[in-house]
Amino acid sequence: MKQFNELNGKVAPLDRANVDTDMIIPKQFLKSIKRTGFGKNLFDELRYLDEGQPDQDCSERPLNETFVLNQPRYAGSSILIARENFGCGSSREHAPWALDDYGFRCVIAPSFADIFFNNCFKNGLLPIVLTEDQVASVFEQVESNEDYTLKISLENQTVTTPVGEIFTFEVDDFRKHCLLNGLDDIGVTLEDEEAIRVYERKRETEAPWLF
Amino acid sequence: MAGKTLYDKLWNSHLVKERSDGSALIYIDRQLLHEVTSPQAFEGLRIAGRKPWRLDTNLATPDHNVPTTDRSEGIEGIVDPVSRIQVQTLDDNCDEFGITEFKMADERQGIVHVIGPEQGATLPGMTVVCGDSHTSTHGAFGALAHGIGTSEVEHVLATQTLVQKKMKNMLVRVNGSVGPGITGKDIVLAIIGKIGTAGGTGYAIEFGGEAIQELSMEGRMTVCNMAIEAGARIGVIAVDQTTIDYVEGRPYAPKGENWDLAVAAWQDLKSDDDAVFDNIVELTAADIEPQVTWGTSPEMVLPISDNVPNPENADNATQKEGISRALAYMGLKADMPIKDIKLDRVFIGSCTNSRIEDLRAAAAVAKGHKVAATLKQALIVPGSGLVKAQAEKEGLDKIFIEAGMEWREPGCSMCLAMNADKLGQGEHCASTSNRNFEGRQGFGGRTHLVSPAMAAAAAIAGHFVDVRSFVDTASEGVA
Repeated sequence: MKQFNELNGKVAPLDRANVDTDMIIPKQFLKSIKRTGFGKNLFDELRYLDEGQPDQDCSERPLNETFVLNQPRYAGSSILIARENFGCGSSREHAPWALDDYGFRCVIAPSFADIFFNNCFKNGLLPIVLTEDQVASVFEQVESNEDYTLKISLENQTVTTPVGEIFTFEVDDFRKHCLLNGLDDIGVTLEDEEAIRVYERKRETEAPWLF
Repeated sequence: MAGKTLYDKLWNSHLVKERSDGSALIYIDRQLLHEVTSPQAFEGLRIAGRKPWRLDTNLATPDHNVPTTDRSEGIEGIVDPVSRIQVQTLDDNCDEFGITEFKMADERQGIVHVIGPEQGATLPGMTVVCGDSHTSTHGAFGALAHGIGTSEVEHVLATQTLVQKKMKNMLVRVNGSVGPGITGKDIVLAIIGKIGTAGGTGYAIEFGGEAIQELSMEGRMTVCNMAIEAGARIGVIAVDQTTIDYVEGRPYAPKGENWDLAVAAWQDLKSDDDAVFDNIVELTAADIEPQVTWGTSPEMVLPISDNVPNPENADNATQKEGISRALAYMGLKADMPIKDIKLDRVFIGSCTNSRIEDLRAAAAVAKGHKVAATLKQALIVPGSGLVKAQAEKEGLDKIFIEAGMEWREPGCSMCLAMNADKLGQGEHCASTSNRNFEGRQGFGGRTHLVSPAMAAAAAIAGHFVDVRSFVDTASEGVA
């Protein structure tokens, strides 16, 4: 897994609440059996004016010029900021894969749906919860300042604005450790192989119908 | 010491190890696999040279991509080459790793969340996971069940565990009995309307109260299925005799001495009387009318007797913007009666409402009627091959066909339109599925979530109607 430590990145503001996973990556693109290549179809129905197909060359498709990611000033953004309940809907990990493949490393919102939040950490993508007021303040700043950037430190759990304002955020120790070191969960869990075997032996005597 | 909730008990009995930061390793008893969220997990195992920890806990079936039309040509008959590869990849992976799979030609094939319970592969007290958010369905059996991402599918295959953090406990109590014609779907839509799509985020929701206890297992599955639409990954319902009667005798259910041991253990699968919940929400069952969603989020739901909302009456700017955007996408006018919404297509199916009782309820309404001349299509998609066979045994297929509806092969179908079944741009659909997000059922498609009886009535009328006043002869069938 990709490591995440410090990020100094340009911010794209997606001013919507309840951004669902069907919006992030529509279903026709879930047919791929790979983990990569979803970036060009990120927010496909918002980004393009026509209906996208898997394996299509997107360079000739008509763009929705008003959509935030199509505005030149937000090109090359690595931080996405949105309103509450980001990532609601399905469990598709294609959603964080698409955000990552597009070039985002971090999503900031006042709240996230549980499964999406969890999936981000498996893919080196950092979801950050800030308060509604903090998010509203960043929205205002990013819309009135071109090339607006935020500095994110996972180690210190801080988001720093260009004027030096610092917001802190929460992250579980284990997830932080895995992200800082780029550790794959499975390898870490298998260090507890014996504990799993002990559980199984005990459980088999209590609930033999499960074995 | 305070008593424990059902969720607390399920969590405790699957705890392998607690970590200092509050996360824990949880043992997984059952994993269901389908073609969309598993290929990258199997690929991960291959790359790392890992094998599944316990083969017998996994059960696979293709559902999202499969055609619901003629299947006589098997996988070769799937027209879309990308879908074909994905279904073939599931077959290949299950063959390679030795995982039981109900392939496309198997009569037991169907939607994962229909076949698990149908086979008795979902049992009370189990942990059940699947790379699909509607895994919450299985909580209807007093199981700890939730959706996971593909990395977690691989993690469960490789370690039989998941790294989890315990959720908070919420009780949603539906007091008293629902009126005639009100189903589990109406109950859960009313709950989502009350608490919102993020109301359950961070919680495991236990559904309780008389109205829930009085539901059949199929109705309970519909309720738990949509816990995720209220933001809760987990929905659970206490085990009672209804649960045990449903499970007994199913192919994967315990037999003989093990059955007796299991039934004795399952008696404890309910919250203690003095259990403490972090949040309690109450609804009065008698107040629940047939529900219809008007917008682009399941919380945008109203009783059939109501009018589409007006953004001018919103509580705040964000809500106003949300209503305006939804009305524009849905092509609806503020304040228009829900009953005036005209439909282009009707879809009866999905992991929410494709079980035999759902089909019976729809057939009871459709019997002796014809779909409206203005309707382009009414699609009936059973949840599994076995549901289809049962429906045909009861003659339901004939009722649907005579009414001008299409009787199809089992799968997820138009719930998410990954196969050929989809809405055209701007088309309105009365759908028994679970999500009315923009584009969910097809690019530019407009989804209205309803119960199977309401969908069937809408198919015949061509617009929404209150099923309770639609056909008096059908009242027993839809109750």
